[in-house]
Amino acid sequence: MLFKGLKKAAMIGLGVAIGAGFTLSAEAETPKKGGVLNIVVGSKIPSYDGHQETTFGMIHPIRPFYSLLIRINPDNPSSPTDFVCDLCEGAVPNPTDDGKTYVFKIRKGVKFHNGAALSAQDVKATYDKIVFPPKGVPSSRKAFFKMVDSISAPNDTTVVFKLKYASGAFIPAVATPFNFVYSKADLDKHGYSWHMKNVNGSGAFKFVQHQPGAFVEGTRYDGYHHAGKPYLDGYKAISAPKMATRLNAIRGGRADIEFRGFPPKARDDLVKALGDKITVQESDWNCALFFTPNHKKKPFDDARVRRALSLAVDRWSGSKYLSKIAIVKTVGGIAFPNHPLAATKDELMKLAGYGPDIKANRAEAKRLLKEAGQEGMSFTLLNRGVDQPYKVVGTWLIDQWRKVGLKVKQDVKPSGPFFDSLRKKKDFDVSIDFNCQSVINPLVDVSKFLGSAGNNYGSYADPVLEDLFNKMNQEADPKKVRAMMRTYEKRILDEEAHMALTMWWYKINPHRSYVKGWKTAPSHYLNVSLDNIWLDK
Amino acid sequence: MYKYIITRLLLAIPTLLGAAVLVFLLLRAVPGDICEIRLGGSGLYADPAEVKLCQDKIGLNDPLYVQFGDFITGYLTFDLGESMWTGRPIGYEIGLRFQLSLQVAIMATLVAVLIAIPLGTISAIKQNTWIDYCVRTFSIAGIAIPSFWLGIMIILGLLLTTQAWFGEPWMPPIEYVSPFEDPLGNFAQLIWPAVATGYRYSAVATRMTRSALLEVLREDYVRTARAKGLLEKIIINRHALKNAMLPVVTIITLEFAFLMGGLVVTEQVFNLNGLGRLFVESVLNHDFTLTQQLVMLVVLIFVLTNLFTDVLYAWLDPRIRYS
Repeated sequence: MLFKGLKKAAMIGLGVAIGAGFTLSAEAETPKKGGVLNIVVGSKIPSYDGHQETTFGMIHPIRPFYSLLIRINPDNPSSPTDFVCDLCEGAVPNPTDDGKTYVFKIRKGVKFHNGAALSAQDVKATYDKIVFPPKGVPSSRKAFFKMVDSISAPNDTTVVFKLKYASGAFIPAVATPFNFVYSKADLDKHGYSWHMKNVNGSGAFKFVQHQPGAFVEGTRYDGYHHAGKPYLDGYKAISAPKMATRLNAIRGGRADIEFRGFPPKARDDLVKALGDKITVQESDWNCALFFTPNHKKKPFDDARVRRALSLAVDRWSGSKYLSKIAIVKTVGGIAFPNHPLAATKDELMKLAGYGPDIKANRAEAKRLLKEAGQEGMSFTLLNRGVDQPYKVVGTWLIDQWRKVGLKVKQDVKPSGPFFDSLRKKKDFDVSIDFNCQSVINPLVDVSKFLGSAGNNYGSYADPVLEDLFNKMNQEADPKKVRAMMRTYEKRILDEEAHMALTMWWYKINPHRSYVKGWKTAPSHYLNVSLDNIWLDK
Repeated sequence: MYKYIITRLLLAIPTLLGAAVLVFLLLRAVPGDICEIRLGGSGLYADPAEVKLCQDKIGLNDPLYVQFGDFITGYLTFDLGESMWTGRPIGYEIGLRFQLSLQVAIMATLVAVLIAIPLGTISAIKQNTWIDYCVRTFSIAGIAIPSFWLGIMIILGLLLTTQAWFGEPWMPPIEYVSPFEDPLGNFAQLIWPAVATGYRYSAVATRMTRSALLEVLREDYVRTARAKGLLEKIIINRHALKNAMLPVVTIITLEFAFLMGGLVVTEQVFNLNGLGRLFVESVLNHDFTLTQQLVMLVVLIFVLTNLFTDVLYAWLDPRIRYS
């Protein structure tokens, strides 16, 4: 009995160690200098310009060359609310002027890799490009900064952001890892396209070379502004599009780490093959997988039908089984699980499809379908031709719907035709849909559910929802914001059932155990500046 | 002969033009475009205005005749254009990968020839003996086993055996180094894909060598040579094998052309940054300009390889004369 109890305690202890990413051991050790980190990256670099690109294929190899104004805390990246200064001094500033003014003091003595001094003018020029890009200049995250009224740099060490209204979305938006700080002189002299093919940052590493399709190489920047860092001599980000290659590369010692994540089976295989030479860090992932009914197509214009689709899905048991084979796990609402703005389990259980009694849910689904005259209806689920997690979850969904008598076919398309169906043709019945963001910023992330949003494919207009969203984003009181988020969520997932969430993704990062100092973050875009990583070889 | 070669080269122009029209139209018929994938593919917010800006910048909203005109006039000005995905010159993108693909193709061809010619010859000489049966089984297995599967098995085998023997798993390097910089590193990376593709390639050539040689060995001139008392070695090497090589050469050269752009899956398995992988990536990204030029390159390689084969025929069989 005592043995069983101890065994259980040991297992729990091991689980906590894995979940916490072996935090304790990492903190207890003194970082060693030297070595080259080999990273495998599963996507390609379109250009080096963080302000216009959206892929981790650019972030993983290029981010270490640049600094940000603020960033998520690299020692506590799992926290959705812990931000620290990178180029600014001291703590992240609190707003003044009823939440409408943020004053950032810029560090002195920071230099770009070309030797030029970095000042507040560079930060202002960078954010002008991101927030108010001149006509014809792309800026993929301009919409994140709708609340910004003006940016000024009254002197070389001060940057002031004036907001139109107080917004909790501002600081997370500034911490977005794509907001590389560029040199004003580069922008003035070479123009706004120069950074697509050239690198001049102030990050922990200096650009050495890029062999397109093969690798990006960086070497330690000795003038880095975080004293004593980086620990590595350099790094190499090797392009490896196939997951099997990335996995074998870690197993065969050709790579040390991959930042995006592997499915559970791959983790288990690596651990089985390498034992304690592999460390696994896991985290909830700021990516959610939905299904979106096309409101322009009958019978999906009927809220009862949409609600029935959601009610038929058993998320709680799905999580239990799918998490063994796919990169999904956590059941949640529209805001990232465990964020202060996210629904608690009790709150979730009141929403359609989240109730604990699946039999009752499915009985209600059947009743709604009967009432709408759609008993046993047939439709096609559009899906993306990517295994993890799309095809796995799509197949599971079809089985869930079969349990309320629906006959569903799956139409799997490669990414190009998939997006063409979603964005241009809008010819689908119901589609798998997803939302992957970097910094957890629910107030911005949930804009996905607005019918007017550029990445919403439901073809619906809901003025009530638009109004709620605007009010929520202009409310300064966190308690009121949270309450508004619940109303917003209930309308999307329950009352109108515009879209339905399946599960949140789950990030599994196995890496060589000699890679120290890195902690997993809730997004594959985050915590890849490499300045805190060291090798214990 | 020179006149023949020049005529063949001139005839290549309408072939290339036909291919250009076909690839241009087919690519535009495929749904989806590069901007949607580039800005929305990761699931991040994709502002429709940004998508339109991207489409305008790379000319996707231009009329089709303008896009086709740009494509064709590029050849006249020796400007292949820029990749829609990276913005880099296509000549540079292709040039980077060409060396690797060429080297793998040459190595795979060498592996294939080194296996196929001796085995095919032995199999023909020892027809219907156990040696013949073994060679035929070996070659049928080569045809039946997909080279990518063999590649996966090679990598797994290396990982498992090195871990069992040395305690630490080893796999071939996943970054390309030029043979002039690091010959050993280059060999350690490329020998495995060369073996994986060369084996399948050799299987076809072995069977072709065997059947062609069997046919030649039954010819009157071989019987005459034997009646004259010539050594069997001389009969095979000097009289039979050279004549039996015509169909084998066709197979080998066509396979070589195929390898230059068709090693799609093997390049993925061994993480080779070659033309095949570039092809797949450009198609998946809807990078029209790059895909077009890659298709044209493959067409050109096939045209030139066919011409080379015809010239080789004349060398192998002096009775063949082109006019």
